[in-house]
Amino acid sequence: MKRSLEDHFIDIVVYTFLFLLAVVTLYPFWNSLVISFNSGNDTAAGGITIWPREFTMENYKYVLKDVRLVNAFWITVARTVVGTFLSIMFTAMFAYGMSRRGLIGKKFYMIMCVITMYFSGGLIPSYLLIKDLHLMNTFWVFVIPGLISVWNMIIFRTFFMGLPDGLEESARIDGCNHINTFFRIVLPVSGPVVATLSLFTAVGHWNAWFDASIYISNQKLLPLQVLLNQTIQSIMTFESATQISATKQEFLQNAQSVTHKSIVMATTMIATIPIVMVYPFVQKYFVKGVLVGSLKE
Amino acid sequence: MTRRFIQQWDLQILVIPAIIMIFIFSYIPMWGVLTAFQDYSPAKGFLGSEWVGFKHFRMFFNAPEFWQIMRNTIVISLLKLFIAFPAPIVLALMLNEVKNAAFKRLVQTISYLPHFISWVIVSGFVISLLSVDNGSVNILMQKVNLIDEPVHWLSIPEYFWSILISTGIWKDIGFGAIVYLAAIAGVDPSMYEAASIDGAGRFRQLVSITIPSIAPVIIIFLILQVGQILNAGFEEILLLTNQGQNVVLRPVAETIDTYVYRVGIENYRFSYATAAGLFKSVISVGLLVIANKIARKLGNSSLW
Repeated sequence: MKRSLEDHFIDIVVYTFLFLLAVVTLYPFWNSLVISFNSGNDTAAGGITIWPREFTMENYKYVLKDVRLVNAFWITVARTVVGTFLSIMFTAMFAYGMSRRGLIGKKFYMIMCVITMYFSGGLIPSYLLIKDLHLMNTFWVFVIPGLISVWNMIIFRTFFMGLPDGLEESARIDGCNHINTFFRIVLPVSGPVVATLSLFTAVGHWNAWFDASIYISNQKLLPLQVLLNQTIQSIMTFESATQISATKQEFLQNAQSVTHKSIVMATTMIATIPIVMVYPFVQKYFVKGVLVGSLKE
Repeated sequence: MTRRFIQQWDLQILVIPAIIMIFIFSYIPMWGVLTAFQDYSPAKGFLGSEWVGFKHFRMFFNAPEFWQIMRNTIVISLLKLFIAFPAPIVLALMLNEVKNAAFKRLVQTISYLPHFISWVIVSGFVISLLSVDNGSVNILMQKVNLIDEPVHWLSIPEYFWSILISTGIWKDIGFGAIVYLAAIAGVDPSMYEAASIDGAGRFRQLVSITIPSIAPVIIIFLILQVGQILNAGFEEILLLTNQGQNVVLRPVAETIDTYVYRVGIENYRFSYATAAGLFKSVISVGLLVIANKIARKLGNSSLW
């Protein structure tokens, strides 16, 4: 078919726009990566964009020697692993129960769940609750409040309802109760949905900072994102300070203890890389997950 | 009934612990909203604190910063609604025009990535890119002679809303497009063929077939968005203003949510902050109901 002027025009607009979008999306990642491999003093002189000027591994060495950061990294790993495992397990159990036909009170339970999707008590009542439950400054504050996810329950439930009835019946005939059926028969065939929701939950845990920033004051329990935010904010403060101080050079000399931008970027990369690494796996599944999630009940 | 309930103990035991958790962590805070009508003091607790009616609401409405907070919340929300909300739709429509499958997949894969990065990191990117002595934005704009001197973007209130909205679009445009792409994929291809035979060009097909076909999906998401509207990017604002500590930006950056956070969590004025938060929730629910009514009147789709 002959291509009209309109076709060419649309193609040019679309391809140009999408190409620019890809560049704009990737550039911040690339720029930060470059800065993290550039020598800190040199970075302070400015002008680092797409290639390092003085390549160095020092920033990463420095970061990996920082005891607080390493500790924060392990806190994040722990909350991600424990939080994801427990949340997925309890949510899936819940969803399996909710997917069974004979469940007494199902309608009531469902309404209870759906209401929480539209209403919440808000920040302060939740904060006071956590305080009253003595969860402040404990590791469990990362895990327990988010243990049951209503969204994930609905996705699990849709999946479980789609399983063939014969699967459950044969297990029941063999004398399994619902709990055994769930763990021995249903869970093993639910690999894809468990993987998808686990990855999403894990990403959420890895990225979470707000809960820790309000509930945790014990330095030993701070996760990576909170510590990262503190160092990022220090560049901001540093910049404002350089504006105020008489000369910038003078300030730089007096402030050897201020975190260099290159070190902040090395920390950022350490927090980003695990996400970028699991990303191909998440990507494979999440389109489906999003679509299931957006279907209304 | 009771006997049947006991008989299915194995089923109930899967469900009841979760229901208890939901009750504790979702319903008790809803009840805790009543704190807004008290002079809550941590020492006396919820049950022992004195009831004061609408005192905190009156205080909030009469606070000198009230109108500024309302303006910021409304302006940021409207900007999000009119600029950030359509962005993924435009992206989906553009991706749909791409015939080269490899390029399409590449752009999609890249555009989803920022959704999975934390707001902390995104704010770090923004602060770094916009910084005065290193920022790529200043370098680029000086190269093309748009500016003579590096600009301290994040200290100038006039720029804050643009930065906020652009950052939001950057993070979620790709991910938001997924639903619309799926909706577009569901359009019957024979409609395009018929239109093509009738001589409709690609732009005409886009306007007359694709957009009307995905309109129900757009409307559903629009209604949901309206219910969320007053949230106005809480985490994002908090991180770009150093947890609300940035005094220069406060006149443009303080929204109801950040205000609740600042007076509640940082200044311990629990009842007052809860009142401000409750005020926001009530308006949000109202907006959701109104949006749903309008959508139903228009005869397309509704949430309930």
